[in-house]
Amino acid sequence: MSILIDKNTKVITQGITGATGLFHAQGARDYGTQMVGGVTPGKGGTTIDGFPVFDTVEQAVQSTGATASVIYVPPIGSADAIMEAADAGIELIICITEGVPVLDMVKVNKFLEGKSSRLIGPNCPGVITPDQCKIGIMPGYIHQPGPVGVVSRSGTLTYEAVWQLSSRNIGQSTCVGIGGDPVNGTSHLDVLKMFENDPDTEAVIMIGEIGGDAEEQAADYVRDHMSKPVAAFIAGATAPAGKRMGHAGAIISGGKGDAVSKKSHLAACGIAIADSPAAMAEALLTVWTP
Amino acid sequence: MNIHEYQAKAILRNFGVPVPDGHVVYNSNQARDWARRLGEGPWAVKAQIHAGGRGKGGGIKIARTADEVKKFTREMFGMRLVTHQTGPEGKIVKRVLIEKGSNIVDEFYLSFLVDRTTDRVTLMASAEGGVNIEEVAATTPEKIFFETVDPIAGLSAYQARKIAFKLGFAMPQVKQAVPLLQKLYKTFIDCDCSLLEINPLVLTDKGDLLCLDAKLNLEDNALFRHLQIRDLRDYDEEDPMEIEASQYDLSYIALDGNIGCMVNGAGLAMATMDIIKLYGGDPANFLDVGGGATIERVTEAFKIILSDDKVEGILVNIFGGIMKCDVIATGIIEAAQQIGVSVPLVVRLEGTNVALGKKLLAESGLNLVSADSMADAAEKIVKAVKGQGDAS
Repeated sequence: MSILIDKNTKVITQGITGATGLFHAQGARDYGTQMVGGVTPGKGGTTIDGFPVFDTVEQAVQSTGATASVIYVPPIGSADAIMEAADAGIELIICITEGVPVLDMVKVNKFLEGKSSRLIGPNCPGVITPDQCKIGIMPGYIHQPGPVGVVSRSGTLTYEAVWQLSSRNIGQSTCVGIGGDPVNGTSHLDVLKMFENDPDTEAVIMIGEIGGDAEEQAADYVRDHMSKPVAAFIAGATAPAGKRMGHAGAIISGGKGDAVSKKSHLAACGIAIADSPAAMAEALLTVWTP
Repeated sequence: MNIHEYQAKAILRNFGVPVPDGHVVYNSNQARDWARRLGEGPWAVKAQIHAGGRGKGGGIKIARTADEVKKFTREMFGMRLVTHQTGPEGKIVKRVLIEKGSNIVDEFYLSFLVDRTTDRVTLMASAEGGVNIEEVAATTPEKIFFETVDPIAGLSAYQARKIAFKLGFAMPQVKQAVPLLQKLYKTFIDCDCSLLEINPLVLTDKGDLLCLDAKLNLEDNALFRHLQIRDLRDYDEEDPMEIEASQYDLSYIALDGNIGCMVNGAGLAMATMDIIKLYGGDPANFLDVGGGATIERVTEAFKIILSDDKVEGILVNIFGGIMKCDVIATGIIEAAQQIGVSVPLVVRLEGTNVALGKKLLAESGLNLVSADSMADAAEKIVKAVKGQGDAS
């Protein structure tokens, strides 16, 4: 098993006729993901590189039975694309797009309330269950199936953690990039709960960043409810206050959300802290034996 | 994006929010003329820089006569204003706002921002106005009141009333506060603000509420739909290298150290700074070349790093996912040949086509050190920079 996605997941791509959408749809198909089509308004009825194209998500769902959608449409249309997917009954919506306005996401999250859809992202690398299903932009070949769950706000730092695991021959159950924006669909906490309930996940690496208090909330859950060992790295120990470090969410404001306070909170909740980003797998091995 | 106080007030005025009459000036003669046109004194003379705490640094003065307005303005122009938010280097004053003065009876604090915990816009208010709100939050958090705004309904009148009564307003002020707060909320939404702060909101001796100071931050990701607001950007207030970098879609922030970093991905870039520090070095910058770095962007990134005189060594840390390592290696080689890198260069490549990338670097004849992991890379660049320091 795994969380969120597996070999049976059928995926459509919103924005499939754009260069980025098509490139990553092909990459996911090559990996073995069931990429069953795509949506570009106005191009319904055509095909692109073998993918059937639909005008609306509703039509795509009716024709293909897709339950997941990955979004590559530009920021100006991202919120609309997410809401269209939710309206069509898509269970898992993954928004890769970077630069979606925060107030659009405030509206989207309100729209999603009471609906069964789960949103991952925006501004994220996507989700992968190794050797079964890859939805997003991560390099598939660095992953291998196994018992460690990975959840992260950052893309390349997730690859780094996966690389450290795979090069020790430790595989991953599912890796989830939740994205670096201040308002997103799925939190560290949401993903930890899923890993806790997944029989195939034995341990978790959580990668956080300065800014906000999402990592602290996740840590409280680890302390109170989680039976599986967790290791964590928090990026941004050297980041100055008040400066946005690339990700819109990675900013220390009002003295809140700095790396030192985050790490000490996490450690107090029983999480093994990697002080160095090169030691994420090592930190996990101090609390878990494969 | 930050804008000046006078620009923020012009936007608020358009939304019908009560702000003092005033005008921005660029020289002291204009200042005197505008003071007269605004009517009777006193006037507030306010230096326009992108930082708070201006009053304590001498950037806000009250003038009794039009000649005094001119005198204070002349003193402010070209002055290096240092506040707790500017850093020790301060900021040069190039614009001054002349405003009609008010007789203040009481001061309050108001702000709107996006609360990451609730994913909602939140209104914050306090009767402790005119002071540093972060101190109030730390010492007497019970003096700050919150209202979470429903994105569909907007800020309802009852929510505005709740806040107004908590601030201790009498009924005439409550009646002013409700539309004032709703107009502020409308400004926040319509302009895609990330922060809208009124500190202080004042009660005048005439019983009127007035936004005496205003800070408005616009969200960068939403500027594409606010072209007029985008034009308010004041490049004088920003780091020239950060502006240069942003033109090439590079995310760059200058720091105080001597090891330049070039990394793909914001998280990995922060982590690279952290690991340099762990090995006893000091990063000179944060630089994210992004997911789709081209040879041109890698070259520009090198140029920007090297234009910082403090840089005594460079660490390149790339985890190629979609980006192939051989492409990155080619970019590094071309950039290094084009601009000539005279400081130690350590390169860590991992990911797609890594073997080919390393081979290209090895065969390039460039004087660079290859590293096998992040830790190895950090250790090598710190050692190289320290060794160089010892030798000189």
